[in-house]
This record gives sequence, C-alpha cells and structure tokens, in this order.
Amino acid sequence: MSFSSEAANRAASHDVAPPAVSVSFTVNGIDHALILDPRSTLLDVLREHLDLHGTKKGCDQGQCGACTVLIDGLRVVSCLTLAVMTDGKKVTTIEGLAKDGKLHPLQQAFIDHDAFQCGYCTPGQICSAAGLIAEGKATTPDEIRELMSGNICRCGAYTNIVAAIQQAMGHT
Amino acid sequence: MIAFHYSRADNIADAVNQVVATSGAKFVAGGTNLVDLMKMDVEKPVKLIDVTRLPLGKVEEIAGGGLRIGALVRNSDLAYHPAVERRYPMLSSALRAGASQQLRNMATVGGNLLQRTRCAYFYDLTTACNKREPGSGCSAIGGLNRMNAILGTSDACIAVHPSDMCVALSVLEAKVRVTGPRGEREIAFADFHRLPGDTPQHETNLNHGELITAIELPARGFASNYTYLKIRDRLSYAFALVSVAVGLELEGGNIREARFALGGVAHKPWRNAEAEAALRGKAAGEAVFAQAADIVLREAKGFGGNSFKIDLGRRALVRALSQAARGTPQSQSNKKIA
Repeated sequence: MSFSSEAANRAASHDVAPPAVSVSFTVNGIDHALILDPRSTLLDVLREHLDLHGTKKGCDQGQCGACTVLIDGLRVVSCLTLAVMTDGKKVTTIEGLAKDGKLHPLQQAFIDHDAFQCGYCTPGQICSAAGLIAEGKATTPDEIRELMSGNICRCGAYTNIVAAIQQAMGHT
Repeated sequence: MIAFHYSRADNIADAVNQVVATSGAKFVAGGTNLVDLMKMDVEKPVKLIDVTRLPLGKVEEIAGGGLRIGALVRNSDLAYHPAVERRYPMLSSALRAGASQQLRNMATVGGNLLQRTRCAYFYDLTTACNKREPGSGCSAIGGLNRMNAILGTSDACIAVHPSDMCVALSVLEAKVRVTGPRGEREIAFADFHRLPGDTPQHETNLNHGELITAIELPARGFASNYTYLKIRDRLSYAFALVSVAVGLELEGGNIREARFALGGVAHKPWRNAEAEAALRGKAAGEAVFAQAADIVLREAKGFGGNSFKIDLGRRALVRALSQAARGTPQSQSNKKIA
C-alpha cells in the first residue's frame, strides 16, 4: 500500500454515512417513523421518502418559498429544515389541505382568480397563504403582499395571487 | 453537505458540554443560515447539537422595567409580541423588515445574532475569502462589492453583518446573556460583534461552547420617537443596502437623548457616539441631522461598487432622524418612504 493504514481509515471514515437517526412525525394526519441520515432536509424526505411531490424544490436555499409547508401550523421553508429536527411535529403539505374531496378555499380561490401560470410556485404560495390567514396579521393588499414576499412567482401572477388570498380570507 | 453527527440536548448544561467535548461541534436551532451554509460546504460542523427543546422560549418582565427575551423565541413571535410592539416598536419594526415570514417563523433570536455575512465571496468556494479561509485574501476588495461595507473595514475583509434585528438591539443597548463551560456571563451588545481587523473569521466574542440563553432589553424603549428605515433593491425580502434605526427622546422641540445605528454598512451595527452627542440639547431639524450624518459618514470609505452607500447612508440617516423626530416611523407594509 502506498499510504498508511491510518490515512486509509481516515479516508474511509470520511466517506461513510453518518449515524442514522430515528424520527417520528405526522404528515397530513398520517404518522411516520423513519430512520434518516441527519443531512436529509424535510423537503427531500417528503418528496423522496414519502412520495409527496406537491412540495416543490425551487432554489433549495430558502430564497424562493416553493417548498413552503406548515409545521405545527406555522409556515416554514422545508428546504432549510433538517428532517431529524421535526421529531414529534405535525407537518401539513399541499396534499393535506383538501378535505373530504373538497378543495381548500385557497385552492378554489387560486383557480377562480387564475392565480398562477406555470404552477410551480403554487403549492408553496397556497401553503404560505394558509399560514398567513392563520396568523391574522394581514388585512390590506399591502400587508398581504408584504407577508407573502417569501414566495417568488417568476411568471408574475402576483396581482391574481393577492386577489385569490383576499377571496379566501372571506371564506376561512 | 459533509456527514455530521446529530444529537438533541436535554438541558443547557448538557448542550454546553456536548459542544465543549467536540471542537467542530455547533449548536443548531432555527438553522436558516447554518443549514444553508452547510449545503454550500462553507460550514462543516462534525456534530450538531439541537437546542430547540431547551426552556429558552419565554419573554419575561425583569427588574427595572426591562424585558428578557429567551434565545429560542422566534423572530415572528417577537415581532408581534404585545410588550415589544408597545414598548420597543423599533425592534418590532426591524424584525418585520428582515427576511420573510417563513424564515422569521424558523429563526430564533439567538441565531439572528450569529448570522454570518452574505458576502457573495464568502459563499463561493472557488474564490479567496479571509473569513472562510483565513489568509487566502479578500475577493470583494477590487471585486463586486456593491453590498459590502464602507465603515470599520480592514485590508482583510469588507463584509457586512446582515441582521436587521441587531441594528435595533444596538440602539436599545441590549445585553446578551450566555452560558458556557465556565458559567454564565453578560455581554453588552456593543461588545458582542467584532470588527474584521485581521481576524475576520471571528465575528463575535463568544467562546467555543458558549450558548446564548437570552437577550435583555433595558426599560428605555424610545416608543414615541423611533423608526427603522431600510433601503434595499426590492420592496421586501432583500438585505439592506443601508438601514437606520433611530431612537429619540424629545422635550418640546429639543433633543434630550439621541441614539442611532446603521445596518448594511459594517461588520456590526454601526453607532457613533460623537454624532449622537452632537444632537443632544439641540432643536430637532434637518440642519442638525445633516451635521450628525456628516460626522458618521466622514470616515466612510468606498470600494467602487459600494461607494454610493456613503451618500445613501447620509441621506437615509437624515430621513430616519426626521421620521423619528416627527413621530412618523417608517411603515413596513406601505413602503412609501415617509
């Protein structure tokens, strides 16, 4: 061997996966018990482990809001959330908003107001808007725009998104 | 992201001991900055100690009329806390000006203090950066430096501290409570963050293993005459080019106490005792505000791309002092600058 066994061990240990961690949490009312690499983000776990593809990966850096979900009712970006830190928590994704075969009022409002074009940011926009309505801090269009600024829509459907949220505020 | 060990801390002593035991270990709470930097391989902790279960989530009254804010209080909860809105509206306003509601729901008060710079070269592993790799050089000097510092810079680093909340805490003269392997101590806000000097890799005066447990606000809140004015490239969800927090106490039209700090211009919130003293005892008005602003900016140094910040800083400071003196603080939803 051209290098010492100590160096080989060091090289090998650098490549091994870190110790996996047990995590239990609820997604859209369903309990899950998973064993995860600590590096896994909640976004990747939702999409790759639980096959919930509604939550979208946009920038993966917390800048676009496409991956917005609700944890214990609060809107967060799932791309900067380590899944191992959600142990014991309740996660709601876009797939969990419709109830009894009926669209959530925000989903219906986005359709009514044509509040999207390509649709990629829409699950994040709707989860974020659900959080916004629950917070109860926005009433005027200015306040809605400000408190929705974490969700980027590159198609530029903002005017209709604000109108859709205003409609849903009257219904929830 | 490199492989790391993860564990949850049961109590404060356990958290401190776990970090002290491992030189490359770090605390994690909101994770909004740390996880992002880990994805970029800028931060490479070998172990993360999850402190989110520690009992540090309360806002409490303290003797003397102040407020103690637990380190784990969310930025969003603090922004809308009734006592903060009523007694420290400058802090509430600064919190609302920072990040997005999703990030404010995740980010903690303690973590906000420990944000690292957003200098593009700090994030770019292909470039030299003394903060990321001491001794490698500063790519921002002579590079793209539009967002960089104009005050308190060094030949080694011209990065800025990105926080809005800290600009308000600087004016309020908060205290930072920390617990470490040698027990508890209190750090005055002005002494918490460092200027870059020749060790830009050290942004704070925290020692390894010290955990922020609380921020304490003195009673003086400047609730009548204050503002937080943030100038940025878009109306919301962008880092400051220049921001200004102001707190005034007026008696008739005269200034009894004046405090102000600039954000987006230095490695820490920037205060200037001489400029503040120049306002005390004077009648509030644009001419004296301009004199104070000149004192602050006369030592500023531009690096080409960011030289516009010298004039912008002067004008933003005069405008912010006027807003505070008139009692018409900047709204964080209607972005027309009052």
